[in-house]
Amino acid sequence: MTPRQIIGKIGLWLSVCVIVSPAILFFLWMLSLSLKFEIDNAAYPPVFFPEHIAWKNYADVLASNRFLTYFINSLIVTGGATALALIVGVPAGYGIARMAAHKSAIVILIARITPGLSYLIPLFLLFQWLGLLGTLVPQIIIHLVVTVPIVIWIMIGYFETTPMELEEAALIDGATRWQVFRHVALPIAKPGIAVAFILAVIFSWNNFVFGIVLAGRETRTLPVAVYNMISFDQLSWGPLAAAALIVTLPVLLLTVFAQRQIVAGLTAGAVKGG
Amino acid sequence: MSALTQSTPGAAQSDAAPEKELRPPSYWPFVVPALVVVLAIIIFPWVFTIWMSLNEWKVGSSTTFVGFSNYLRLTSDPRFIEAIGHTLVYTVLSVLLPLVFGTFAAVVFHQKFAGRGFLRGIFIMPMMATPVAIALVWTMMFHPQLGVLNYLLSLVGIPPQLWVFHPATVIPSLVLVETWQWTPLVMLIVLGGLAAIPTEPYESAQIDGANLWQVFRFITLPLIMPFLFIAGMIRMIDAVKSFDIIFAITQGGPGSASETINIYLYSVAFTYYDLGYGSAIAVVFFLLIVLLAAVMLYARQRMVWTEIASDA
Repeated sequence: MTPRQIIGKIGLWLSVCVIVSPAILFFLWMLSLSLKFEIDNAAYPPVFFPEHIAWKNYADVLASNRFLTYFINSLIVTGGATALALIVGVPAGYGIARMAAHKSAIVILIARITPGLSYLIPLFLLFQWLGLLGTLVPQIIIHLVVTVPIVIWIMIGYFETTPMELEEAALIDGATRWQVFRHVALPIAKPGIAVAFILAVIFSWNNFVFGIVLAGRETRTLPVAVYNMISFDQLSWGPLAAAALIVTLPVLLLTVFAQRQIVAGLTAGAVKGG
Repeated sequence: MSALTQSTPGAAQSDAAPEKELRPPSYWPFVVPALVVVLAIIIFPWVFTIWMSLNEWKVGSSTTFVGFSNYLRLTSDPRFIEAIGHTLVYTVLSVLLPLVFGTFAAVVFHQKFAGRGFLRGIFIMPMMATPVAIALVWTMMFHPQLGVLNYLLSLVGIPPQLWVFHPATVIPSLVLVETWQWTPLVMLIVLGGLAAIPTEPYESAQIDGANLWQVFRFITLPLIMPFLFIAGMIRMIDAVKSFDIIFAITQGGPGSASETINIYLYSVAFTYYDLGYGSAIAVVFFLLIVLLAAVMLYARQRMVWTEIASDA
């Protein structure tokens, strides 16, 4: 290696450190906060590595039975909204791609630009009128605002790149459109469906704004539950940070393990809901 | 086929007919379920919002048609006008800073180095993490007495700040969080652009002895401009609508120093339950976003034209 190359290498690694350190340091600090007793969290200068680790913070959060309820609520809302979005969105993406009906994507663009709150006002009234406000149904339905455009958008892009020859051959052999979709197009599209699934799950799981308006005491999802903890427990940082970490941990693990799919999906669609 | 249709329009009709018969069922059945959903949760709310904005509509009392008076009320609502200012400042900063840092990060991630995929996964964690959870930890970090940020500042000799607890620093502090959170998205889009650049210009630049900055400024930057524009557009749309971070950290405070249009919209609709007026804000808000997007498109076109003009 020439000196010039060595300097280049050092410069590159320094840049890499500078770039990733805000993310790494933040999440390490979050972990540190969640594992400290109050006395350490209230210390100045701050304690970075505590002498006594407060596993109790996690135990307390997990032990409260409300937290379990909110966790199940989150699972139902995200699961329901993602499943419904895949059921209607994957065929729609296929149809739009095959008809080359690109103008219909305008609706998705409008959905992308519209502030989440403007859906909430009319749908809030509608759910109130239908008497659904005490249940999880309104949240599942309104999360479709987030998940359906993501799924359709990613599936259009995916089906446009899959080859037509097999499908045409199957059509000539007398298969129906539905059979072609079910047995030819769908199996090839599995990686695309995985991308759509992962992104829909993440953005639905993270959603906050719909929950604060539509959720009652029993129907809160985890982000809303954590937000409500702030106002009541202003000074107990340990359990708060532990709760925050538990809420976001599934998403962070998904991000690291499905990094390739997420990058592919975001680069192609660059969609975010809400 | 298209040449044929153009030359003999009469024959084209008889030509198209058998083709249709060959593929009788269309693709519409695939789209219909999604269409119903989109109509119900996207189109219906829009139509209903416009209708509500023309009414005096408060929860618990009767509604009356008032025409455009909700819109007129907006023009003389100081809180709304102030919110527009906050939104614009917040948006401009939250577009420019991630664009700068994201481009730098993309150039670095475009190089080959060990563990690149894993580190890229770490790097995009801020944008994937639950915003409320992040906001909570940032709130603790912003704490004037016990927060880690003031401690870090003290290490380099900067006096402690009030961060989100002072009207003058609240918006820059929130922009810091927004930048930390969304720089990765810019990075990913620009990285996609870098992957599409041919290698020839770099080879000839190396022969000519150009330094790193010159290579970036005169080769990379012009070539990734379209991607920077897309990233800027997406960032603008998201920053204008930013809600979770602001709401969870400051709720628009202190006072109303960080109250953006979206936060004000929330207060009007779901704190005061003034749904008619809230709907009017939602409509104006949407039009403002479309207007900003149009301005960006126009600026982009002007830029392309001046580039061409300066080349000629």
